[in-house]
Amino acid sequence: MLSYLARRFVYTVPILIGVSLVCFGLVHIAPGDPLVSVLPPDASADLQKVMLAIYGFDRPYAEQFAKWIWRALNGDLGSSIATGRPVTDEVIKAVGNTLRLAVVATFIGFLLGSLFGFVAGYFRDTFVDKLASALSVLGVSVPHYWLGMVLVIIFAAQLGWLPPTGAGPGGSSDWEWDWAHIRHMVLPAITMSVIPMGIVARTVRALVADILNQEFIVGLRAKGLTDVGVLLHVIKNAAPTALAVMGLQLGYLLGGSILIETVFSWPGTGNLLNAAIFQRDLPLLQGTILVLALFFVFLNLAVDVLQTALDPRIQRA
Amino acid sequence: MTAPLVSIRGLKVAFANGAVRAVDGVDLDLARGEVVALIGESGSGKSVTLRSLLRLNPERRTQIEGAMSVDGRDVLAMGRRELAQYRGGVASMIFQEPLLALDPVYTLGQQIVESIRRHESVGAAEARARALALFERVRIPSPERRLDSYPHEMSGGMRQRAMIALALACRPKLLLADEPTTALDATVQIQILLLLRELQRDLGLSIIFVTHDIGAAVEVADRILVMYAGRIVEEGSARDLIRTPRHPYTIGLLKSRAHGALSKGSRLEAIPGSPPDLANLPPGCTFAPRCPLVIEACQAERPPPIPVGPGHRARCIRVNEAAAIAPTAEELLGV
Repeated sequence: MLSYLARRFVYTVPILIGVSLVCFGLVHIAPGDPLVSVLPPDASADLQKVMLAIYGFDRPYAEQFAKWIWRALNGDLGSSIATGRPVTDEVIKAVGNTLRLAVVATFIGFLLGSLFGFVAGYFRDTFVDKLASALSVLGVSVPHYWLGMVLVIIFAAQLGWLPPTGAGPGGSSDWEWDWAHIRHMVLPAITMSVIPMGIVARTVRALVADILNQEFIVGLRAKGLTDVGVLLHVIKNAAPTALAVMGLQLGYLLGGSILIETVFSWPGTGNLLNAAIFQRDLPLLQGTILVLALFFVFLNLAVDVLQTALDPRIQRA
Repeated sequence: MTAPLVSIRGLKVAFANGAVRAVDGVDLDLARGEVVALIGESGSGKSVTLRSLLRLNPERRTQIEGAMSVDGRDVLAMGRRELAQYRGGVASMIFQEPLLALDPVYTLGQQIVESIRRHESVGAAEARARALALFERVRIPSPERRLDSYPHEMSGGMRQRAMIALALACRPKLLLADEPTTALDATVQIQILLLLRELQRDLGLSIIFVTHDIGAAVEVADRILVMYAGRIVEEGSARDLIRTPRHPYTIGLLKSRAHGALSKGSRLEAIPGSPPDLANLPPGCTFAPRCPLVIEACQAERPPPIPVGPGHRARCIRVNEAAAIAPTAEELLGV
């Protein structure tokens, strides 16, 4: 198991190199000069040269890349062009906010999704199955930014139970696990959980239906297990795949929540990316994408390892 | 004579709202310590009969009629709790393909321990010790290590031994073996058959053994029942059935066995045609369309069991003519 872990860890190195290459390349692939947002349109050629030298854009690509990587490894992702603050600080703060929201949303989604999926798969082709399946299809297909707005209208504007936007009282962005902060999270988390819920429910339903059709279920009944006993076996058989799906969903939510974070003004990576794109803040964009990509890679690694631990048939040798 | 361990009367099992009659009036008695083989082609209803004894056929889609009692209990009348106690405790089953019939994500030891603790209130350590003893009993090499193996890590023969150990975990009286050797190599088949025979003698088990291999049936069974289209068409002692078969279907099965000495260029005899559609059975003898001895009377009504010897019956109105086409001892031995 330990050697497997080490090997899987080594496998991530080429992925990480590829990821950083793409992030770095973004600056140069993006149309226009990387300095276009800092320099006035009528800047002189001399000023342009000076600025290029300050940012190191006059050096060969290989040297620039090496320098960028070296700094990134030391935790320095440069400074935001728009605010002048270190990108690392901005990203870490945003990642923290997004992570909290994404983990809570994935957790809710996984719990409800598994429940719906199990019920639907276990009572296949009954009324309960149709209801649970309809709910999960709804979850996958409803536009979540629209759902977010509807929830805001109902629970924030009409009923006034929950705040419509922000991540803390008075627009503060320092998180604490108290009700004043958590109530800000309720609506975005529920909105966000709808996506993984639908996908997890559909996966689990198919899994459970498939497992229940397998011969070993008859074998379990033949040795005298009750329905509850059989159910435990079904859960353990379904868990590896369900967890893998959950891990992927968490990964998507980490980076793919731009719309929801914008609707709720949640100060996370989605919001940050949105701002960086519109302000052409390339160091910030680069840094955010790199950190998100790293998260994705390590999340997949964690899921793989977890799966191997749960399902003995996956090769470890 | 004491009451039989298993008694089945007029068992009828139908699927798909009664359209498919998989088992159509089976009577079967099994004495304590007796081994009976149920043989027939795929779809003859032998496995369905076996599974009915544990009520394993899908409940919502199955219609079951008749009476079944095992060890004095009425199988069809059992409630959920009693059924769960009965399954594995009184009667247990060995499946054809242990790789599919064992849970792939639990070790064999866990599965046996689970079974033991389901039926008896014993501690985990004691259950594990019993599982180890069972593995030694079925002669699995390095049993301690094998208890921690997953099903996919073992060879087919070892898996079937583990399956047998699992089935015997709670000391059942009745063992139902559903083609336990079909998925195995010829050499391993013999080992498993010998093991079953040995365990049966030592533990005084009663076994119903389903197979389509007459050779395997003769090897282990005291009595053989031949099934065709959901009915038992001939039954008798293993010896009588092989030496003096009286139903044309049994005769066809015996003749269609390939012998080692089948000389080059000679024909392997096969039964012409294919088994009938269970949703659309002919009114008379179900074997009539494929029978070499068919006469008009065969198509009129279902033939009753006709006694042809002590404990030997055949559902055929032409048993005397059938005697004439039965293979001779030389043919059987392939000389």
